[in-house]
Amino acid sequence: MYRYLASRLAGMLAVLAIVAVIVFVLTRAASGDPISVLLGDQATAEDIARVQKDYGLDKPLPVQFGYWVREVLQGNLGQSIFLQRPVTQALWERAEPTTFLALMAVAIAAVIGIPCGIVSAVYRGRPVDQLFTGVAMLGASIPSFWFGIVLIQMFSVSLGWFPVSGYGAPGAPLAERLHSLILPAAVLGILNSALIIRFTRASMLDVLGEDYVRTARSKGLPESTVVLKHALRNALVPIVTVLGLTVALMIGGAVVTETVFGLPGVGNLVVSAVLRRDYPVIQGALLVVAAIYVLINFSIDLLYVAVDPRVKL
Amino acid sequence: MSTSLQASAEQPRLVVRNLSTSFPTEDGLVRSVADVSFMIHPGKTTALVGESGSGKSVTSLTLMRLLAKTANARVSGEAHFVTREGRTVDLLALSDREMRSLRGNQLAMIFQEPMTSLNPVITIGEQIAESVRLHKGLDHGAALAQAKRMLDLVEIPASAQRLHEYPHQLSGGMRQRVMIALAMACDPTLLIADEPTTALDVTIQAQILVLMRRLQAETGMSILFITHNLGVVAHHANDVVVLYAGRVVEHAPVRPLFGAPEHPYTQGLLACLPGKAHAAGQPRPKRLFAIRGQVSSPLSPPPGCAFEPRCDQAQSLCTQAMPALVDTSASRQARCVRVPAAVIAKAA
Amino acid sequence: MQLPRIVRQLMHRRIVMLSAVVLIVITVLALGAPWFASADPNDTAVLDRLKAPSSAHLLGTDELGRDMYARIVHGARYSLAIAALTALGSMLAGTVLGLVAGFFRRLDAPLMRIVDAMMAFPDILLAIALVAILGPTLLNVVLALVLVYTPRVARVVRASTLVVRELLFVEAVRALGVRTSRILWRHILPNLLSPIMVQASFIFAYAILAEAGLSFLGVGVPPEIPTWGTMVAGSQQYADKAFWVVLFPGLAIIFTALSLQLLGDGVRDLLDPKLKKTL
Repeated sequence: MYRYLASRLAGMLAVLAIVAVIVFVLTRAASGDPISVLLGDQATAEDIARVQKDYGLDKPLPVQFGYWVREVLQGNLGQSIFLQRPVTQALWERAEPTTFLALMAVAIAAVIGIPCGIVSAVYRGRPVDQLFTGVAMLGASIPSFWFGIVLIQMFSVSLGWFPVSGYGAPGAPLAERLHSLILPAAVLGILNSALIIRFTRASMLDVLGEDYVRTARSKGLPESTVVLKHALRNALVPIVTVLGLTVALMIGGAVVTETVFGLPGVGNLVVSAVLRRDYPVIQGALLVVAAIYVLINFSIDLLYVAVDPRVKL
Repeated sequence: MSTSLQASAEQPRLVVRNLSTSFPTEDGLVRSVADVSFMIHPGKTTALVGESGSGKSVTSLTLMRLLAKTANARVSGEAHFVTREGRTVDLLALSDREMRSLRGNQLAMIFQEPMTSLNPVITIGEQIAESVRLHKGLDHGAALAQAKRMLDLVEIPASAQRLHEYPHQLSGGMRQRVMIALAMACDPTLLIADEPTTALDVTIQAQILVLMRRLQAETGMSILFITHNLGVVAHHANDVVVLYAGRVVEHAPVRPLFGAPEHPYTQGLLACLPGKAHAAGQPRPKRLFAIRGQVSSPLSPPPGCAFEPRCDQAQSLCTQAMPALVDTSASRQARCVRVPAAVIAKAA
Repeated sequence: MQLPRIVRQLMHRRIVMLSAVVLIVITVLALGAPWFASADPNDTAVLDRLKAPSSAHLLGTDELGRDMYARIVHGARYSLAIAALTALGSMLAGTVLGLVAGFFRRLDAPLMRIVDAMMAFPDILLAIALVAILGPTLLNVVLALVLVYTPRVARVVRASTLVVRELLFVEAVRALGVRTSRILWRHILPNLLSPIMVQASFIFAYAILAEAGLSFLGVGVPPEIPTWGTMVAGSQQYADKAFWVVLFPGLAIIFTALSLQLLGDGVRDLLDPKLKKTL
């Protein structure tokens, strides 16, 4: 088991390294002049000299990469040109709406997706299955920004149940902030439940075809017990994997949704950073988001070990 | 077609009449089981013999009503089962709920693959106990105690510990014992064993078969033993039903069948056994015998007898129509034009 | 001439056929836009702003008085072209990448790590970053999307290559001394065509959605180019007064993406059991 973990860890570190290279190369390719990227236009001679030393700007590119990585590992992601603040601080300030949004969306996707997927698998081929599968396909074909606009029209403008945009007034209580997240979370959650439905269905179908399910039926157990106790427990592990991946998908989906709903989250930050050519922010955000994704995947691998009795020592 | 067989002193436990199972596929209708009839008596073992594709597994799954719903099977015929309470029910006509109350309870099944037939994430004790809780209404503790008794019954050592272990911690032979324990937990009167030893080592096979014999002697249950292994049949069965291409081609008690097989297919099967490859008194032949040819595709069956293309004794009559299954003596049947039907004096 | 068995089997599945028909209609409309939509999509008519659907304007007019129907039909050309080029590009690049990774054992791990790293970025974010670097033109959007989706295709191709490689006939051919490139081209690649085609269909659908998203955010194609995404982006503030300006481009996206996915799914279902039978 330890060997399994060690190899997974090594793989994760390798991927993180490549991610860092990609982000570094992308940002350098975009911005060109690293000094103005790091310091903006109002740089003093001292600042320039310091930055040149810290980032090794007179040295060859691979060495510069090394310096940059060292800075990153110390928690320094650079300074936002536009916001006049360290990137880490800007990201941290924006983290809350995005995190809550992602979690709420995953919860909605799971609550819709898993039961529908199970029902689809149990009644395979019948009208229920065709309906759910069709709806899942539809969900994967709807652009999230369009769906957001439509829902805003229906629920915020016409019915007035939710704010049209924004994250609550500054200093608003948690309840009000969460309330403003309901509609965007619904958009993300409903559309991404499509993936969960299809995956749950596939996983359940696999398990329902196994010999031990036939054994369970041969004992005369009611079908609900066979499905929920014998089948689901085995199908759950891949489903949990997909849920983990969905969290990562949500972070990407948040980019568009936050823009539609005017939420002050990380996604919105990245979009405005791109429009304003705020390279340190783009660089930092890309790195952090990708790193979170890789870490989530690794955690899921750890979860496998914990959950599956066959992999225990 | 005559189906009257010698009336037994006791009522048969299971009477199967004209069982047919067909599956619609994209390439046409596949008749896996066609017109199969046989009986099983209490305390006796009936062997269902045939090669792969002969329909023996489908027969057992049809009787247990365990065919996959998505297969859209078309089933016809009757299967009269005598319950513990003395009622006779048609297994194929019962509602789902009634069938479920019999399954695992009075009617149990063990499968071919012990490695994959147990749920990997539920403990062995729980897998047995849930059956007991369901059918006998016992509570948690009592059910677990019964599970332990069953593990002892099938001679699994350290049974108290095994209750809390998972299937992957046991070997194949052990797992099959657990399957037997599971099947016997509610004291069934009929056990269907679908090639229970095929996937096991030869030495383990012998142990499992001896175990099953002992359990049968102790509980008086009937066994429907499905296999392609004639050696097993010779030692453990009372009655033999030979299937070919979904049909019964011969039905006889075990000794007469081995002593004087009537259907060319049965003769061929027996000739394949290395020890039997010669008539008494003649020198042993140098090459092993094999029935020539292969089973025809179920989608394009031969016009007459299904075995005709491979039969060395075929006549022109054989290609014209499927022979009927006729009584060749008081206790035997065969489906072959070469075997004359016996006139059986009906009891007055 | 007997149609190949696949096509005949496809014809039995109504939904798949329906999707194929829808796609053909959309493509024909797009290709022959000037004939099917006589109104000029760029013709602004301030007097006719935000008019509801009527006999004069089938799908209404937008905030500048332009005929929505004409805009959608003409916009189809751009949206479909971008998505098609993306699918083509990622198919080519992904196939090369996947083939090499699947066939040459030593290159497999490093190449797949790179693929994993690329897939660690959310699609939209990566696309945004790439367009930001390359500059917001139509071709650059295609390039960016190709880079985003190539890893997906590469993974699928690699998986199939691994399976095909293990087939005995490949060993036999190798034992005969056939050149590797010939093996790849004549023996392995033909077996990969089915999964590649299925993936292409899905990538086409994702690309339509992605391009629309990028244009909506303002980081995709320049707003003058009338794709379905830029249409929604440009008109969203009028959504409450004149909902059709947002509704119809969205429906166009949905229909196209849905038909593509249904088609891809249907073909994959057909090929899957066959794959299992032959492999």
